[in-house]
Amino acid sequence: MNPITNPESTTNWYLFLSCLLFSIGVMGVLFRRNALIILMCIELMLNAVNLLLVSYSAYAGNTDGQTFVFFIMVVAAAEVAVGLALMVSIYRNIGSIDIQSLNKLKW
Amino acid sequence: MEPSILFYLLSAMSVISALFVVFSRSPIYSVLSLIVCFFTIAGHYIMLNAQFLAIIHIIVYAGAIMVLMLFTVMLLNLNEDVSVHKFNITKLIAVITGGLLFLVILASVKSSTLLTYQAPANLNIGNAQDIGMKLFTDYLLPFEISSVLFVSAMISAVLLAKKEVK
Amino acid sequence: MNLLNLITPSMMIPIFPLLGFLILSFLGKRLGAFSGWVASMAILGSFLCSLNIFLGLDGQQLNYTIFKWISAGDLQIEFGFLIDHLSIIMLLVVTGIGFLIHLYSMGYMHHDEGFTRFFSYLNLFIFFMLLLVMGNNYAVMFIGWEGVGLCSYLLIGFWFKNQAYNNAAKKAFIMNRIGDLGFLIGIFALVFHFGTLDFMDIQNQLVSFESNAPVLIFITLMLFIGATGKSAQLPLYTWLPDAMAGPTPVSALIHAATMVTAGIYMICRSNLLFALAPFTLHIILIVGIATSLFAAIIGIKQNDIKKILAYSTVSQLGLMFAAIGLGAFESSMFHVMTHAFFKALLFLGAGSVIHAMGGEQDIRKMGGLNKSIKLTFVTFLIATLAISGIFPFAGFFSKDEILAKAFEHNLLVWALLSISSMITAFYMFRLLFLVFYGEFRGTEEQYKHLHESPISMTLPLMVLAVLSAFGGFLGLPAVLSSTHQLSEFLSPVFMASKSLKVEAHALTHEQEWLLMGIATLAALVSIYYAFHLYMKKKVIPENEEALSGLSKWVANKFYVDEFYHKVIVNPMLILSDLLLVLIDKLVIDLLVNLTALIVDSTGRIYRLIQTGSTGFYLIAMVLSMVIVMFIQIIL
Repeated sequence: MNPITNPESTTNWYLFLSCLLFSIGVMGVLFRRNALIILMCIELMLNAVNLLLVSYSAYAGNTDGQTFVFFIMVVAAAEVAVGLALMVSIYRNIGSIDIQSLNKLKW
Repeated sequence: MEPSILFYLLSAMSVISALFVVFSRSPIYSVLSLIVCFFTIAGHYIMLNAQFLAIIHIIVYAGAIMVLMLFTVMLLNLNEDVSVHKFNITKLIAVITGGLLFLVILASVKSSTLLTYQAPANLNIGNAQDIGMKLFTDYLLPFEISSVLFVSAMISAVLLAKKEVK
Repeated sequence: MNLLNLITPSMMIPIFPLLGFLILSFLGKRLGAFSGWVASMAILGSFLCSLNIFLGLDGQQLNYTIFKWISAGDLQIEFGFLIDHLSIIMLLVVTGIGFLIHLYSMGYMHHDEGFTRFFSYLNLFIFFMLLLVMGNNYAVMFIGWEGVGLCSYLLIGFWFKNQAYNNAAKKAFIMNRIGDLGFLIGIFALVFHFGTLDFMDIQNQLVSFESNAPVLIFITLMLFIGATGKSAQLPLYTWLPDAMAGPTPVSALIHAATMVTAGIYMICRSNLLFALAPFTLHIILIVGIATSLFAAIIGIKQNDIKKILAYSTVSQLGLMFAAIGLGAFESSMFHVMTHAFFKALLFLGAGSVIHAMGGEQDIRKMGGLNKSIKLTFVTFLIATLAISGIFPFAGFFSKDEILAKAFEHNLLVWALLSISSMITAFYMFRLLFLVFYGEFRGTEEQYKHLHESPISMTLPLMVLAVLSAFGGFLGLPAVLSSTHQLSEFLSPVFMASKSLKVEAHALTHEQEWLLMGIATLAALVSIYYAFHLYMKKKVIPENEEALSGLSKWVANKFYVDEFYHKVIVNPMLILSDLLLVLIDKLVIDLLVNLTALIVDSTGRIYRLIQTGSTGFYLIAMVLSMVIVMFIQIIL
């Protein structure tokens, strides 16, 4: 089955879209103070990269890119699990997830 | 040939929902916007003929990860997020930095050239059979090791979140 | 004999003392009294190798390179040895007398706690002296030159617990250094004009130079300044009397026989260079005569047995330099040889006297020792006769030869040198009479302590006495024999310079007899005057406070030391104090403290970056990533 969009003409656009999503994710990481939302923005960044990989896989005509995306998803899932467990643990110790309160590592 | 209208629609929806993720006041809204974003990205996958990946994407991300996050938000009762509308110089710097990063990344790839397009030899590039073949022959080792990764993630999650025994 | 066979013995010559030094430095404490034998055997080994080469050299020249040392553009300086007749004479003298003095020291320094240290220093000194003599270019000679200066410092200040001795050692070293500056400038000028420092190469290049070229005059003057420092001529001579602070064997070895003759050896080695600069030779002649007279006059009024001998050394060195100034290089070397014999004998005898007197060195407290220490007395008498120039002892022939050459040259020069010889005879016999004749003027315990020295000390005395008595026959003048052995032996070395010398009218036989007669008569007159003064009238030198006028000036060494101190040393000290405050404290301390201050304050500022706020860290991370990528794009 052919892709609906023709990879020959749309790969550039996918590149642009992916960069946009990535930088929005970065902005979110820097912008928000809630640690959970920061985790979600990290997920957003990962997805932007996934999108780019898939589009290049369609362009190049083999499934190596898609397999890589598969493994990225694996890692993202594991990371979210552990990250959320960490959040819970921090919440239990400090009482909030505001990253401004995690400031003991200073001079 | 121009990208179709469907592409523009999906792209617009993903960008808008991403912006909602970043700039909304309540964490619940952010979670929900992110789910919408994931769906649109799955749509992009289908448009690129990555069928298996699209389904997996929805199952794993929208189905598992986001639900997990929703659970955590509910559990920790993080619905109130007061400090968002207090203006801070840090926020400005953050936005500017993000914008700069966008520009720099674009500029980095500007001068690169794409390889010549080759139409896929096998039209069944994106379906489950093909990916399965690849996973179990060329990428067998990462496949097996990812199972170890999952085990370790499970153990660590359980250990970290356990209540301390007094 | 094939020259190649001689290379190994010639390399062993300096290696033996070096090995001795190393062994004694590291294992000395364990060897204890045996270290004296180790050191002496090392020098004996060198002496035997020198003898081997002497017998096999046969008019040839042994010149070889051991390794290429400095290679800088066009300048190639190698480390090599040159052994010809001139070097072999010096080698035999240095190793032979060195060996005798080592034997002597085994007895003299027997009770000293620094016994092994002494012998290690002595061996090191011999090593450097051998390098000086055997080098085939000025650079290797300079290594030896500096090395003997160092060892001289170590040995003069041997009893380092006494601050006055340390000052004397410092004075010797610093004065030597002043001369070395001249030597170095001479070496630089040689490199600049000749492009090489090799003796033979320079000699070959000299054929293109005319006599009295300004370049040569400059170079030779600078080299002569170096020789002045090392061989204690005016004005750099005051270190030699002070150097008597060292043990007596040191005075015998360094300041009588070897180190102080290094300057003369250097000039003789560069004889062609000096022969082409008659202006410098004139200056050398003047300085030599002046030193000879000056030191002799001071020696008249000294009361320390070693100081008298020290001034005598300065005076005799002046005589040798005068001989060089006359262009008579072989005569100078002849006198070097005979002087080594009898001066070493005099010093060792003085050591024996001091040993017998239990450490007393003032001759006013001695007297009548000829009954108690007979062997020392006999050898000392022979040496005194030799230095006064009495026939047929060694000093007569060498001194007479110089006086004859002086007469050929200029009557005034001859007259001044003869006066100097007369004064020498006078004060040497004054020393002899006051120490060995008359009544004993010391204390009771000293009288009971008087004893002859052990065999280890008297054996070298006897050997040297024989040499002083018969060594002169190596250089019989023309009237007595047809061959002058030494001058023939040295003729290949001095051939080139002899051809340049304007041959003054040679003396007829009658004139030679006349000169010899006058010299002997003058010496006898001085001896009789000394006899009259110190034996018949029994005059005993007074203490310094009782003197006045000219006597006071002479007894206080013409106040040269005080003059130097006021004019040179004190301004130096003031200058260094000034520099301490101005430069050391204000500039250097400021720079160092400022650096520390800068580091400290920037550290304080940078510390503030670690705010601890995670959000700030995140922004910083992304921002730096942006900057890096930005730079990557630009470049």
